[in-house]
Amino acid sequence: MIALEARALSKSFGGLRVSADVSLAVEAGERRLIIGPNGAGKTTLFNLITGELRPDSGSVHLLGRDITSVPSRRRAHLGLARTYQIITLFPRDTLLHNVMLALLGLSPLRWNPVVELASCSALRQRALDALARVGLEGSADQPLAETTYGERRRVEIAMALAQRPAVLLLDEPFAGLSIPERQQVLNLLLAIPRDTTIVMIEHDMDVALEFAERITLLHFGAVIVEGTRRDVVDDPRTREVYLGA
Amino acid sequence: MSQWVVLAVNSVSLGGLLFLLSAGFSLIFGLMRIPNLTHGSLFMLGAYVGVTGLRLGLDFWSAALLSGLAMAVLGGAMERLLLRRLQGQELPQVLLTLGLSFIVADLCLMEWTGDPISVSTPATLRGFVPVLGFVFPVYRLAIVLIAAAIAAALWLMLDRTRLGAMIRAGVDDPAIARVMGIPVSRLFTAVFCLGAGLAGFAGMLGAPILSVYPGLDGEMLPLALIVVILGGSGSLPGALVGSFVIGVLYNFGPALFPELAYVVLFLPMLLVLVLRPQGLFGRQTP
Amino acid sequence: MKPAALALAGVALLTLPYWIGGPYYVNIASQILIWAVFALGLNVLVGYGGLVSLGHAGLFGTAAYAAAWLVAAGAGQLAAATGAIGLTLLMSALFAVLALRATGIGFLMITLALGQILWGIAYRWISLTNGDNGINLSARPMPLGLSLASPAAFYFATLVIFALAVGMMACFVASPFGASLRGTRDQPRRMSALGYDVWLIRFLAVLFSGFWTGIAGLLFCYYDQFVSPHLLTLSSSAEVLLMVISGGSGTLLGPIAGAALVVAMKTIASAYIERWNLVLGAIFVAIIVLMPEGLVPGSRRLWRWALQRRGTPAEGVAR
Repeated sequence: MIALEARALSKSFGGLRVSADVSLAVEAGERRLIIGPNGAGKTTLFNLITGELRPDSGSVHLLGRDITSVPSRRRAHLGLARTYQIITLFPRDTLLHNVMLALLGLSPLRWNPVVELASCSALRQRALDALARVGLEGSADQPLAETTYGERRRVEIAMALAQRPAVLLLDEPFAGLSIPERQQVLNLLLAIPRDTTIVMIEHDMDVALEFAERITLLHFGAVIVEGTRRDVVDDPRTREVYLGA
Repeated sequence: MSQWVVLAVNSVSLGGLLFLLSAGFSLIFGLMRIPNLTHGSLFMLGAYVGVTGLRLGLDFWSAALLSGLAMAVLGGAMERLLLRRLQGQELPQVLLTLGLSFIVADLCLMEWTGDPISVSTPATLRGFVPVLGFVFPVYRLAIVLIAAAIAAALWLMLDRTRLGAMIRAGVDDPAIARVMGIPVSRLFTAVFCLGAGLAGFAGMLGAPILSVYPGLDGEMLPLALIVVILGGSGSLPGALVGSFVIGVLYNFGPALFPELAYVVLFLPMLLVLVLRPQGLFGRQTP
Repeated sequence: MKPAALALAGVALLTLPYWIGGPYYVNIASQILIWAVFALGLNVLVGYGGLVSLGHAGLFGTAAYAAAWLVAAGAGQLAAATGAIGLTLLMSALFAVLALRATGIGFLMITLALGQILWGIAYRWISLTNGDNGINLSARPMPLGLSLASPAAFYFATLVIFALAVGMMACFVASPFGASLRGTRDQPRRMSALGYDVWLIRFLAVLFSGFWTGIAGLLFCYYDQFVSPHLLTLSSSAEVLLMVISGGSGTLLGPIAGAALVVAMKTIASAYIERWNLVLGAIFVAIIVLMPEGLVPGSRRLWRWALQRRGTPAEGVAR
């Protein structure tokens, strides 16, 4: 079953073609890695998939359903979650509150103006569980502003996982992390059960290659090579893209 | 019939004044992303300064130049001493200009009292001139010509000079402009001085028509705001078109819809907001 | 707020007419409460929504004028109140639809313009609003047959509404919807990705804000028994904004403190200094430059700094 599919996605800004006819199909439960030099259009592809950018042409399909015209805010409800290159969480709030916001996003409770949020014990417990999955339940009441970058990245992943997504998009999850922090996050990601399909953009090959099953290489907005880890690593075009013609 | 011609002439001359006022406002907004809520006050204060100049024996044009220069200096001081301290924080900067507008308004009241001051038309431009079977007041035509000349000069500056190129770059993309080595801070001061100076000059220029009185600032500021929302921030053609549209509405509105005149004034702006939020000629969404 | 301080404040407010020293001061207290409700309403947008409006006096005036007009036209007090709030909600919805086309500075400019339009209607549509002459109310309403003519009676009625307002605000702020609104203030893009409808959240916040602004306008109409275009000017919008930011947006106590400060200064200062606008502007500038987070958080910050210097462990990071 194909969990996520992009068909001939194209996007230009003025004369600049940032996505050129990109097609890709990710199987349910797969671990897909998207690589490519800077400016290859990787984050743009993610933005097209999540709906933050509208494609000039092409379509996006989630779990078999065409979501191209579904507004971005509805896609989370359909099972799509993502993390960002630059962590944009809520620094003034506690870790627990951050995760609770993620949980509320999919709950009708978010429209309730009278009940006290702090007393929603079921929600709190789910948030604590989500933090426990990334090893941060002890810091639940700490303001996010007082945590390390690595901890914030884990909170972000906790928030994405809390929404029980069918497809999880990770945009450079290892960027800015120290070596031990990378290992922590990698272990976390490897432990995610197969009912979540994962697509990751990453530059750090050491860690990413451990994680990936299939790899898609982008350059100048187009898919250059796609295949298993071995296929892509051995392909001469890969070397060309990274080392120049 | 002649009533409409009079209104038409008044529309065009008001349009000219509004252009001088709004061009500065638009450039400041486009470059610095702050609607300068002191702009109306600078118009009024400029007029008052000009009045004092006249009382000290200056001729009209020297007084008008004095108004422009004084406001340019004041604008520069505002920018360097106060606004720059809040660099990057748009909202506090806007609120600061709001606070300053109240201070200026009351200081004017203290210095020049509450009585409206009328300013006589400069001697060389009094009277009427016959054109195509109608008679037009010379002064109002002169305002249009002066506004057109300044518009041309501004356009040349923006299009042909380095300063203009830097301003346009700053309006298009301030972050990249900085990266490219454009001295954005000094540019801000320069543009603020220019905008303030134009406003002050316009204030004196308009004095023979509008008089000078407390509340003039509150009348002119919303007009500048409408022009810029309508025409698009940072756009000179937008300010030009917008000014004349508003000039027409301001004059014909009360004649055609006396009770809804003020609403009529704002309608095109509301339409633009709904249909094309970046303004007729604008590039960035507000 | 600590329960002891809250209880003390409650007692002080309940017994106010007896210790404040005369009907003149009771009236000032009523004014402070009315403006506190107005400031709390605006704070929903400014402090919790991150949307600064310079047109809220237009909504305040809409309620005041609607009530005055309906009463003058012979409507009963309930009809007048409902009509006024209903019209204000409609106007708030219109404000929202237009102003939410932009955020940040754009939102501010559009609300400024909308406030000006409403002022222009009050000023020029003379057949409807009586223009600069305003509309007079011959008497205050008599809810449940009780007279509100005396300053003390009106004060108590206002206190009840004020208490309700504070209670509802506290609920709102602690609720999931309140958290959603704050989220859209801090990270609108992230909130959308998490599944929130940011536009709708903001729209509803504008309605909630407009509701309390309307209540304040209604109260003022009955307090002063006179409405004029001056209620809808830019300087009125600026005044209430000053109340919010001087007290500290993003807190419940801040707008109340700000309202007390501004009303007290305006009333008492006007007796001695003629130039209220100058003082208003100067305070604005001073606060923005020196203590931008407002008096309430600013004082807390000073207090903690003072405690730290004396070697006492400071409290944890405040929200």
